[in-house]
Amino acid sequence: MRAALLRRLNQFAERRLPALTRLRQPEPLPIELGRRRIYIVPTAFGLGFGMLLLVMLVGALNYANNAALLLTCMLGAASAASMLLAFRTLDGLSLRGIRAGHAIAGDPLELVLDFAARRPRESVRLDCGGESLAFAVKGTTELRLRLATTRRGWQALPRLKLWNTWPLGLFRAWSWLHPRQSVLVWPRPEIAGPPPMLPADARERLRPQAGEELAGLRDYRRGDAPRHIAWKASARHHDLLVKDFDRPEPRETWRLDWQALRALDHEARIARLARWLGEAEAQGRRYSLQLPNERIDVDSGPAHYAHCMSALAVLP
Amino acid sequence: MTSPATTPLAARSFDLAALGLAAVLALHAPHLPWWLSAALAPILCLRWWLRRRRQARTPAWLKLPLLAALLLAIVSWYGNLFGQEPGAALAVGLLVLKLLETETVRDARVGMSFACFTLMAALLFDQSLVATTTVALGLLPPLAVLRTLEPGRQAPPALWRELLPGLGLLAAALPLALFAFLLLPRLNSPLWGAPNASEQRTGLSDRMTPSGFTRLLVDDSPALRVSFDGSPPPPDQRYFRAFVMSHYDGISWTYRDVANQPPVPVEASRTIRYRISLEPTRQRVLPTLDVPLAAPAGASLRRDHEVIADRPVDSLRDYTLESATRYRLEPQLGRYHARWLQLPAGYNPRTLALGRSWRARYGSDDAAIVQAALALFHDGGFRYTLAPAPLGRDAMDDFLFDTREGFCEHYSSAFTVLMRAAGIPARVVTGYQGGYWNAMGRYLLVRNSDAHAWSEVWLAGRGWVRIDPTAAVRPQRISLGAAAAAPGQLPWYQDGWLQSLRNHWDIVNRWWNLSVNGFDALRQRGLLQPFGIRETDTSTLALLLAMACVLCMGAGLAWVWRRREPEDAAVAALHRLERKLARLGVIRQAGEGPRDYLQRAARALPAQHDRLIELMHHYLELRYARPEPTTESLRALRRAVRDFPVVRMVK
Repeated sequence: MRAALLRRLNQFAERRLPALTRLRQPEPLPIELGRRRIYIVPTAFGLGFGMLLLVMLVGALNYANNAALLLTCMLGAASAASMLLAFRTLDGLSLRGIRAGHAIAGDPLELVLDFAARRPRESVRLDCGGESLAFAVKGTTELRLRLATTRRGWQALPRLKLWNTWPLGLFRAWSWLHPRQSVLVWPRPEIAGPPPMLPADARERLRPQAGEELAGLRDYRRGDAPRHIAWKASARHHDLLVKDFDRPEPRETWRLDWQALRALDHEARIARLARWLGEAEAQGRRYSLQLPNERIDVDSGPAHYAHCMSALAVLP
Repeated sequence: MTSPATTPLAARSFDLAALGLAAVLALHAPHLPWWLSAALAPILCLRWWLRRRRQARTPAWLKLPLLAALLLAIVSWYGNLFGQEPGAALAVGLLVLKLLETETVRDARVGMSFACFTLMAALLFDQSLVATTTVALGLLPPLAVLRTLEPGRQAPPALWRELLPGLGLLAAALPLALFAFLLLPRLNSPLWGAPNASEQRTGLSDRMTPSGFTRLLVDDSPALRVSFDGSPPPPDQRYFRAFVMSHYDGISWTYRDVANQPPVPVEASRTIRYRISLEPTRQRVLPTLDVPLAAPAGASLRRDHEVIADRPVDSLRDYTLESATRYRLEPQLGRYHARWLQLPAGYNPRTLALGRSWRARYGSDDAAIVQAALALFHDGGFRYTLAPAPLGRDAMDDFLFDTREGFCEHYSSAFTVLMRAAGIPARVVTGYQGGYWNAMGRYLLVRNSDAHAWSEVWLAGRGWVRIDPTAAVRPQRISLGAAAAAPGQLPWYQDGWLQSLRNHWDIVNRWWNLSVNGFDALRQRGLLQPFGIRETDTSTLALLLAMACVLCMGAGLAWVWRRREPEDAAVAALHRLERKLARLGVIRQAGEGPRDYLQRAARALPAQHDRLIELMHHYLELRYARPEPTTESLRALRRAVRDFPVVRMVK
């Protein structure tokens, strides 16, 4: 009974006063800023300007100078109106999505934040970690942010602070965003180590394959097949020219296996596998990855590499 | 995060700041010494050019000497640093020097706040409608600078378009500003000293040196506005007396304020009531039409019926008076007879000789002597000019027998000296004469250029009689004003149709003076009388002000909170359904689509399963199947939502 009451109270509080609880609870995207979660305080400059207005007011009243008083009132009212504009810059602004790039632990990870607003906004600022950005929103705006990473695995997004002091710098309006979203950080490969041990039959299956791509023309050498002679090009030279085809060096497939690295400890195994994956991808090899709980079949290409790295990243 | 103390100032912000300072300088230029404006303007331009074209900073060794030079120049010119004019000069100078070291965002913020303050100081010198509007427009560059200091703006527009948002902001602020202006409790007495009283404006002085008036005669700012009970007096009766000058030392006539003598008796046979609204003069004298019978509150009537206020007129002053226009002033001269015959010894021998010769010729006929003097001015080859030749030690001799050109001061002075030489009690009176009758506003506008000097002579049986010797030379001066009397000698803007346009325009200034500048503590207390509140005290005003603030903020918040999105009717129906389902415990998650949500709700509420699935299909079809939903199906959806039961089913 009491627990139910508390829960209901909590729910009510969260529904009515999300500002109170928003700091603690991550929320799903999209997040739209509303009046219940935007705070406004004067900036230091705003306080100083207020003091100046006060001096002007007292001076105008003292000298019974109504023109100056009217001017001071106008300036003061304009300052107050600027507070509303600061609020309006954030109100209705929504964070629709966050796309995360890939990064290995220790390197910054690029986030793309997708903001949208019906009205154009100017001079919105975003603080995230140590980074601060200023941007304008017109329709939708994509914002690139670099997030520092330390270790592999899922990493929750930090709180984002959206704020602005538009238009006069007198008031600061801000709101906290805590998106319920995590980004995956890949393991950091070891710096150097041995190449993978290949199974005995790996090399046999390799056959030299004639290349398909025309790489260029070269002088005729004895033994070149006549069908490779470039007759048209040769007609303009005094020597015969031969079409040279690209013939990639045959590379064996790497079958990388978690179990083959028993000698190393857990993280070192991951680091070595990550390095092998990177080398294989860089050399254009085909490779597969066998993990304790998952098997990824032979393939190549960036998507395959990402798949393998992500599988490594989420290992316990 | 970069702090404002280190963020360098963008080119656009600097341009606008320089523009703002130029505006401040221009608004203050009329009352700054010319050399200060002439020195500050090139500094401003040079600084702008160096930073924008050469990316140069001001060297540190230059700033301090410039500051010292500014202080030194102001102190040596004014004698001190405090007070209205030196203070304004110092503020403008410091502001321009501030631009020399404006390199960062923080510098610009400080500079622009100070610019706002300095702009307000310009209103201490001139509070007319035009001045106030210009100063308000002068706020636009500082506001624009503050806007440009915010990072992350969209592509900046053209320079002049940067000023427009500030205008919008000020316009939006106007209602609250007006409320605050009306309701801010005024001070009954100043907290500290009023503006420095020793600084005099061009205005009537209690000392008249022939040719000292010229500055005044080309100053055509309004001096006073007069409205009459009944019809105004004819133009040749519009003499406003200020000072009655008795003492002549050979160079100038002076007024001697004697406070302890009662006003001399006056026998009035015709009087007129009128109300004068006097522009600030920083002096104590209150000009009055002809001979006032009593002094208004806060002022006293002196012996010769001058009205002297208790305090200098530092702000617009309204007073109502009754004056005699046909009268016998001081019918018996009594023991003061000798005072009005005083002449300095050893000056103007030829003039004195002429006066004595008239006495010898006309005997005791004082009126004939007066006529003889007027005839001399009229037929003696005298010329009215605002730029007379300079006079020597025996000024009146030089004027009467040599140069024979001058304006009211010369004529009244020479006339009075002649009368005294002939033994007729005489004195110089200064004040205003003429004015422009504004028929639409039904008031008389008297400008400083209407300043005038004439004479009064004492004739037995008639008392003091006004004699205007200038009228003998140039009658137009009296009937048409100074501009008609000296064609081509006044500045171009005081001539012809433009002057008439300005006379007509003055009704706006009068309205501004009455409604804004004249809105004092007294008027404020009577503010709410139309609403049945007899006496408005400070706490009532504060309460009303707070209410007005709340009202304006409420209006502002209503504007801010309004979301401009015409809601789709189908979406509105769905929202209604959402609220109903939320009461049943099925709350829509953020990011949950309508299909997922309603399916979940159908699973959670088995009793309503079919109904919810049907609603879902209905909604999805309305929203996504057709570009334009039909009204019947929309109405059906609404009805279905309305009929959806909220009562919790008994399981």
